[in-house]
Amino acid sequence: MISTTNNNQSNQHLNIPFQIKPWAVFLWLAIWQIASQWIGEPILLVSPIMVIKRLFELILTSSFWYSILFSLSRIATGFFCGVLTGSLLAVLSYRYKYILELLTPLILITKTIPVASFIILVLIWVSSKNLSILISFIMVLPIIYTNVFSGIASTDKELLEMAQVFSLSSWKKIRYIYLSQILPFFQSACSLSLGLCWKAGIAAEVIGIPADSIGEKLYNAKIYIDTADLFAWTIVIIIISIFFEKLISTLLNLLVERLERIS
Amino acid sequence: MERSLYIEHLYKSYHNQPVLTDLCCQIPQGKVTAITAPSGSGKTTLIRILLGLEEPDYGVLNGFKNLKKSAVFQEDRLCENLTALANIRLTSISQNKSYLISAMEQIGLYDCWQKPVHELSGGMKRRIAILRALLADYDLLILDEPFKGLDPATKEIVIKDTKKRSMGKTILFVTHDELELSLMNPSQILTL
Repeated sequence: MISTTNNNQSNQHLNIPFQIKPWAVFLWLAIWQIASQWIGEPILLVSPIMVIKRLFELILTSSFWYSILFSLSRIATGFFCGVLTGSLLAVLSYRYKYILELLTPLILITKTIPVASFIILVLIWVSSKNLSILISFIMVLPIIYTNVFSGIASTDKELLEMAQVFSLSSWKKIRYIYLSQILPFFQSACSLSLGLCWKAGIAAEVIGIPADSIGEKLYNAKIYIDTADLFAWTIVIIIISIFFEKLISTLLNLLVERLERIS
Repeated sequence: MERSLYIEHLYKSYHNQPVLTDLCCQIPQGKVTAITAPSGSGKTTLIRILLGLEEPDYGVLNGFKNLKKSAVFQEDRLCENLTALANIRLTSISQNKSYLISAMEQIGLYDCWQKPVHELSGGMKRRIAILRALLADYDLLILDEPFKGLDPATKEIVIKDTKKRSMGKTILFVTHDELELSLMNPSQILTL
């Protein structure tokens, strides 16, 4: 089993090296502006100023907000379903060996099959409207499953023996021993899968073209070679993705704090 | 007549290496029994069997089955991310915060109840592990080198507190230390 974390300090090591510095952002924007002016063809490379102008035009339309709501609600649904199912299956796999054996090939296959294959296959089964729910779910499930399983498997055996000697209730064991061990793995898995499910969810929408989705807007931008639209929507996707990830990570940090500071 | 717990003809081996061979002994209830033996003589194995963490190969444990047990292990075995108080509360009969804080203060644990255990020193962790065992609901208290790592002055305070809190309970106490032996004043000493 591959896990994305193996210690309690996983949060710290994920956050520290990847801080965005304003000077770096401005430098890249300047390079982008210079490059677009040098090329001189907005269809090939639109300038950042034009993209921001287009973004402000889009913000004022109701369809912009509807598209965001459409895609966000579906991708978030897929994400939460994947988190719940992945966690539940991990617990069951740890508890029952035959469930682990049964799921292992499925999880490994899910991890290796390209997203595009999944999207085309799933399009045959479900309507394009709900495609991104299923694709996000498929992306999140194996990551959460593998990490939560690793977290449970790495639970301190000595603490479990202590719990056995003191006849701690199952609730106390889960609450104070298992959760404490699993949460760093869970946090790391959520952070990793959030980024993936956004990318895959939007890719699914671009292929499935459900009406009023962000994917449809990107597809239209491609058809009409509207580079400003393409960049504007890409910025929107990045902002929502960061916002969603920050929201989930803040909620998880609050949960961890609450769980670990009981006195 | 004094009631006792009996260990009869206990055998345990790992990978065909015998660790306990035909061990027989009697542990008087309500008293302190000390176990002393050189390293590798099977003390920890015996304790694990008595705590129900391992099964003996052969032998009978008489009177142990329905006993509520509490223990101080060789390791602290504390939930590192929980506060000192939360660790004690986990097993304690009393959930009264001020009572538990006062119990901590009696063994020199001042102003640390709200700190996560991973922020505390080794000696403080040891005392929390001891207090956790003492405040639990138990009939048999098993102490596996519980005072190891404490300085002599703290050791004396903690042993006095241990004796006070466990008065009238059955205690099985493993040690190599002469000072600990004299302070705990066991009713019998078993040598493996």
